[in-house]
Amino acid sequence: MASLAKSNLPRFTTDIFQNEYLAEGAREVNAIVTVTATGGGTTGGRPLGAGDAGGDAGQSAAVVLMVDCSGSMDYPPTKMRNARDATAVAIDTVRDGVAFAVVAGTHEAKEVYPGDGGLAIASPATREAAKQSLRKLTAGGGTAIGTWLTLADKLFLTRRDFAIRHGILLTDGRNEHEKPEDLQRTLDRVSGHFTADCRGVGTDWEIPELRRISSALLGTVDIVAEPSGLADDFRSMMEAAMGKQVADVALRVWTPANASVKFVKQVAPNLEDLTERRAEAGPRAGDYPTGSWGDESRDYHVCVEVPTAAVGNEMLAARISLVLPQAGGTAEVLTQGLVKAVWTDDLASSTKISPQVAHYTGQAELADAIQEGLEAHRAGDLDRATSKLGAAVRLAHQTGNEGTFKLLQKVVDVVDAKEGTVKFRKDVSEADSMTLETRSTKTVRVAGKKRPE
Amino acid sequence: MMEFQRVCPFCAEPLDPQDVFCEACGRHLASAAERGEEQQPAADDGDFELPAPNGCAQCGSLSLSQDGYCESCGAAQPRPRDHQERELSGVAAVSDRGVRHHRNEDAFAVAATSLPGGENAQVAVVCDGVSSASRPDEASQTAADTASEALLTALEHGVEPEPAMRGAILTAAEAVAELGRTSGPEAGRNSPACTFVGAVAAGGVVTIGWVGDSRAYWIPDDREGAEPYRLTEDDSWAAGMVAAGLMSEAEAYADARAHAITGWLGADAEEVEPHTVAFTPHVPGVLVICSDGLWNYAEAATDLADLVRVDAQRDPLRAARAMVSFAVGAGGHDNITVAVLPVLPDPAGGYTDTLLDLPVITAPAAAPPMPPVPPVPPHPPLPLPPR
Repeated sequence: MASLAKSNLPRFTTDIFQNEYLAEGAREVNAIVTVTATGGGTTGGRPLGAGDAGGDAGQSAAVVLMVDCSGSMDYPPTKMRNARDATAVAIDTVRDGVAFAVVAGTHEAKEVYPGDGGLAIASPATREAAKQSLRKLTAGGGTAIGTWLTLADKLFLTRRDFAIRHGILLTDGRNEHEKPEDLQRTLDRVSGHFTADCRGVGTDWEIPELRRISSALLGTVDIVAEPSGLADDFRSMMEAAMGKQVADVALRVWTPANASVKFVKQVAPNLEDLTERRAEAGPRAGDYPTGSWGDESRDYHVCVEVPTAAVGNEMLAARISLVLPQAGGTAEVLTQGLVKAVWTDDLASSTKISPQVAHYTGQAELADAIQEGLEAHRAGDLDRATSKLGAAVRLAHQTGNEGTFKLLQKVVDVVDAKEGTVKFRKDVSEADSMTLETRSTKTVRVAGKKRPE
Repeated sequence: MMEFQRVCPFCAEPLDPQDVFCEACGRHLASAAERGEEQQPAADDGDFELPAPNGCAQCGSLSLSQDGYCESCGAAQPRPRDHQERELSGVAAVSDRGVRHHRNEDAFAVAATSLPGGENAQVAVVCDGVSSASRPDEASQTAADTASEALLTALEHGVEPEPAMRGAILTAAEAVAELGRTSGPEAGRNSPACTFVGAVAAGGVVTIGWVGDSRAYWIPDDREGAEPYRLTEDDSWAAGMVAAGLMSEAEAYADARAHAITGWLGADAEEVEPHTVAFTPHVPGVLVICSDGLWNYAEAATDLADLVRVDAQRDPLRAARAMVSFAVGAGGHDNITVAVLPVLPDPAGGYTDTLLDLPVITAPAAAPPMPPVPPVPPHPPLPLPPR
């Protein structure tokens, strides 16, 4: 923390979108909170070596690459080769001064580079040495992802002075050589120590399993159906990691006495339910982890139930802040916004739905419809699958989520997008089906969103 | 009636001397006193200590946030605009949030000055922000402040009250329109907008100007000897229907659209048409200008007159408070703002010809002799309602 240069801290701003007017007797308050971080000096696309020669100009970041080397990575052999190439590209993207390591993952975890129980500091020489060592990455053995995470955690802990700690995890199969509860125990232990993006290559991995890991570690999950796409994906993940300026940021939600938080969800750029991740933070306040931030903008949907009040009353339903915990239990407030409740007998005011709240409610329904539809399809219930994916098509069309709409079209033939009339395609590939499911939580923002003044 | 009575500074409810909290609105009275909002400290206050100043108005918690909410129950704390009072020599005004609206979107301005000739002039302006528009509270405050300033400047430079009033309304309209231009409207809402009613009392002549449905009433001190009058004609759907002969007054005011206003100050107003009327009172009385938060409960001039204390001429603030208190007690469905300007006939200055000389039904003993009736020009039309 000490080395976190103040000038590199992004400036955080909050916008609250809500209809604060409630009808008499109403208790539920919904708001979309847009948090934007700017001016952190993100250098996501900066050319290599542009930093100071000393190598300490970049942020104090540490990155551990975890590469699946289980036996299945050799089927087809291009998978292992592409994984090696992608890892090399990722290493090239590591900025000077950033601490890094490469871990080979099977039923156990092995240090590939630097191999001395710690992290290497990136420089032209260490990057080259790391790439050389990738030859040691060969396929053979099982899969126990918990052991990989445990080793990454151990490596990160050797340099606690690096505030931003991020892992990149690549796997091609199920976590077969470890009990689910063992993985969960590991996740509980390491969560909060570092963040991680997870990638599944091919179609033999389990979406819920990888999503569980990426959610716990506040990162993204995606499919790389074709091994040849790995290099580009690794580069962009690494660039995003290099762009992070501040770690361990929490969304703090204060609610008044006798109110309760119904849910707190990140809704953009992707859906992530944070409700169960609450950590109490003083009277009537709770912290929800958001991980590390670069120059970026995220939306949260907060739903609070407040005690009702007579018409004409105004209440603060929630105070939402982004906080950076400090040593000694205090927290620096980076930005805050107010969610209000105003009871009125003016129906025109109380029946209005905030366009932002409506939009993200639709995006959450869209994700649910896709997941339920594909689950029904797997269970052989084609009627239910068709009806669910039809609803998904309608929602994707309605909310302008073109990315998801295109993915849906690979699984169903769209007869009428507006009505949600679809036919299941006969020749749906596993890759298309998995891509749709993995990316179902990807949301789009409200078109032409206006910022409040 | 003459003994002193303390009233709640927030809602004008009469208080007992020993009250610490208001029985009607529940607000803590000490906090208001410390903020200097209480206009008339009770004479028999004594030396007792008031407990727990500045606690939450809702739950009593002592931890209140900087931004005006209780850190415990979240209740919005009373804001300065929730209840405001002002009294100058010859004019007083009171504004209150009421019961059913969460903020006070009404605003007023009162001022006194002297004309180049040395005569005193009193000015009062009442504006009512349009709730369905953006930032109605800003609109009303801007209009009231701007118009009052413009009126004073014009009057002090010798401009006649009527052109001064027209000019002030147009200046205020421009200021409100500018509010809408400098920062855009809130999502789904129109540009900031408000109504306007203003009065100038100078040299025995009263000049009224208005846009929208805020009103002016003339209430003579002697209700037996003279008749109260409404002086303004609403820019409202109902008034428009009645004026066009399309509906009876009862039908029009029973319609859901009755109160939709057809004239206002704001960027969305197609054209602001200030209405003005001047008149010369022949008997002592008070001019009451108010937002619809009051007149909704006493629409007819005779009903409103019943709410005006008989000593209004001498104590306009108390009269204004009593009217606000009445409206709050009647349900306080809207914000309530009332300004009271006592007016005495000025026989020494002679009667200026004005559009309108209010008839005196029976000349009271103290009343001056009737002046000659001036010729009534063909326009603008007389705004007097048929009551």
